[in-house]
Amino acid sequence: MSRKAVLEVRELETTFFSDSGKVAAVDRISFSIHEGEILAIVGESGCGKSVTSLSIMGLVPSPPGKITNGSILLNGKDISKFSDKQMRKIRGNEIAMIFQEPMTSLNPLFTIGNQLIEAVRIHHPKWSKKESTARAIEIMKLVGLPRAEQLINDYPHQLSGGMRQRVMIAMALVCNPKVLIADEPTTALDVTIQAQILKLMRDLNERLNTAVLLITHDLGVVAETCERVIVMYAGQIVEEAPVNEIFKNPQHPYTKGLIQSVPDMRYKKDTLYSIPGNVPKPGSILEGCRFAARCEYAFERCLTSNPPLYDASGAHRARCFLLDMEEGGISHVESAAES
Amino acid sequence: MSKVLLKVDHLKKYFPIRQGMFARHVGDVKAVDDVSFELYEGETLGIVGESGCGKSTTGRAIMRLHEPTEGKVLFDGIELTDLNNEQMRKVRRDIQMVFQDPYASLNPRHTVEKILEEPLIVHGIGNAKERKNKVREYLEIVGLSSYHAKRYPHQFSGGQRQRIGIARALMTNPKLIIADEPVSALDVSIQAQVLNLMQRLQDDLKLTYIFIAHDLGVVRHISDRVGVMYLGRLVEIAESELLYHEPLHPYTQALLSAVPVPDPVFEREQLLLKGDIPSPSNPPTGCTFHTRCPHAMEKCKQVIPMLQQVKSGHSVACHLYEAPQ
Ligand SMILES: Nc1ncnc2c1ncn2[C@@H]1O[C@H](COP(=O)(O)OP(=O)(O)OP(=O)(O)O)[C@@H](O)[C@H]1O
Ligand SMILES: Nc1ncnc2c1ncn2[C@@H]1O[C@H](COP(=O)(O)OP(=O)(O)OP(=O)(O)O)[C@@H](O)[C@H]1O
Ligand code: SF4
Ligand code: SF4
Ligand SMILES: [Mg+2]
Ligand SMILES: [Mg+2]
Repeated sequence: MSRKAVLEVRELETTFFSDSGKVAAVDRISFSIHEGEILAIVGESGCGKSVTSLSIMGLVPSPPGKITNGSILLNGKDISKFSDKQMRKIRGNEIAMIFQEPMTSLNPLFTIGNQLIEAVRIHHPKWSKKESTARAIEIMKLVGLPRAEQLINDYPHQLSGGMRQRVMIAMALVCNPKVLIADEPTTALDVTIQAQILKLMRDLNERLNTAVLLITHDLGVVAETCERVIVMYAGQIVEEAPVNEIFKNPQHPYTKGLIQSVPDMRYKKDTLYSIPGNVPKPGSILEGCRFAARCEYAFERCLTSNPPLYDASGAHRARCFLLDMEEGGISHVESAAES
Repeated sequence: MSKVLLKVDHLKKYFPIRQGMFARHVGDVKAVDDVSFELYEGETLGIVGESGCGKSTTGRAIMRLHEPTEGKVLFDGIELTDLNNEQMRKVRRDIQMVFQDPYASLNPRHTVEKILEEPLIVHGIGNAKERKNKVREYLEIVGLSSYHAKRYPHQFSGGQRQRIGIARALMTNPKLIIADEPVSALDVSIQAQVLNLMQRLQDDLKLTYIFIAHDLGVVRHISDRVGVMYLGRLVEIAESELLYHEPLHPYTQALLSAVPVPDPVFEREQLLLKGDIPSPSNPPTGCTFHTRCPHAMEKCKQVIPMLQQVKSGHSVACHLYEAPQ
């Protein structure tokens, strides 16, 4: 069954301008999400995941940021060209976002109730205060917030980190969006509530066919919730594959390193594996593969040209010369690992 | 046996709930309700538990960022609850906290350099040049670069901000670090770097950690002992390996079974908890877990179970493990 793409990002480039020059935090990335699909984005801290989602939402802080190339199609319409007014209509309606840091998007001066009821009212302008309040309390209970009736009178600073995160989630769910972007939605939550929230997102996804873009660094969550995974590194997509493939058969050396670094609850190791070195300073690598300085497989070609995305198999692609058949294809990886 | 660095004794923190025009006191949120534990020098105590169960408040009450409602905190032989503000300020050089919400805890109007230098200035450490050098050194230690020093917090990604928070806590060479979700926003590779770093610093500088986190894999990796909290109380505390191999408290068992495993084909048996999370302003009688516990008995509704050692290195607060009278 081929599903319809609800959101298509094409050659998106988002640049930050400063006195010391400009940096493309997101460097020409393309991907799409289909109706009813849950797509994960993982990648190194600072690689551009949040900027990608802010670009889709039309919320890149400007200045210093700006979308400098590409298009973002929501059901075929290019929303990257929309005016602020048009975007406001879409946000929290067709497309909603759960932000990484709840305090950046909750207003400290208003009570939780105020903010949630406001969100309900945008969606149901005809509802009475009483109806809106009832709906707000209902959603708060849905995301597992205890004592909802009391909490609506509290200010954000009176809530624990995880409770704030759940208020954010509640706010995004008020409107039954077609696309839900969730940026690290469960980082502040314990595993039992995390399980509950992920189930809620899956329900929404199944019931309303909502497409979910889930940004997370928890590979356990990825394994259990997503169908497809995108791996980003230094502003680019370096690998894209169905979830089983990523874990069983990762192709890009960065992805391999990531999977090796996970502390698995089932075993204990003395020191955790970590990929050697640090992410390059954005904009500092002008030629060659951006991962080359940290890659144990790097060879000459990696230092001079930037690898394109190669097909590994079916829906599996990776940005690495080791996949280039002229370099010996996949077998090259094995021989490099042995030497 | 190493010495006890911190002793928390029957600590309580209640937040008053006020209502109406005259802000009448109508009840309390019992965020931390009678918590006691000891922390040995050089060890890492992990603290886990449901969101909202009082982990951050425990950390803040120890540092007196929230004034404890009741109880005592003994740090390095000093009774913290007796100190005046000036004395407390001095002690904070030795106890640092990495805050859970990096965005809210970093002053948006200060550059990273200023943020990191501030604790040094407050405690009169080093001259201007030494301080600048130390800032750069610590930025690199947490995997950032010296070119980041002149930037403002909003110019960083979530995980980068979290590392600034860690660097700030390390600046004064403290004895105890209370790290509240210090790696939750980091991707696994940087997370591994930061955890390895924290362990290395611990060995080199004899640091002691309280490590609050939701990621049970991370907690297992870094902790010598782990405490489990539920609704303001410590319900189980044990050496890390004991806790993970044989969790005793029914809540701990449910918690461990809910951990997602990074393996899409692995099928785990999940004990899903039923029932609503009770309110800390009106906690259930007896064992506060009885409303959701699959093993609850009549006694559990009436009698609060006390934390008791059931075997060497393993204590639990649950009637199932009480010796028959
Ligand atoms: N307002 C800004 N001004 C300048 N640079 C910025 C700004 N916001 C983000 N950046 C830079 O853009 C890059 C990408 O940031 P982004 O927040 O997308 O990372 P991320 O992948 O979400 O990381 P994390 O996992 O840590 O949240 C980073 O190098 C960051 O420093
Ligand atoms: N300043 C405050 N005023 C009133 N209530 C508060 C305040 N700070 C925390 N609380 C309440 O105390 C309880 C415990 O909060 P705390 O932040 O300690 O939880 P936590 O265990 O750290 O949770 P999380 O894992 O979500 O961070 C919550 O019910 C919270 O609403
Ligand atoms: S292209 Fe070269 S440097 Fe880049 S990931 Fe592949 S082998 Fe490593
Ligand atoms: S005391 Fe009773 S209710 Fe509480 S955890 Fe033990 S068995 Fe369950
Ligand atoms: Mg981010
Ligand atoms: Mg907390």
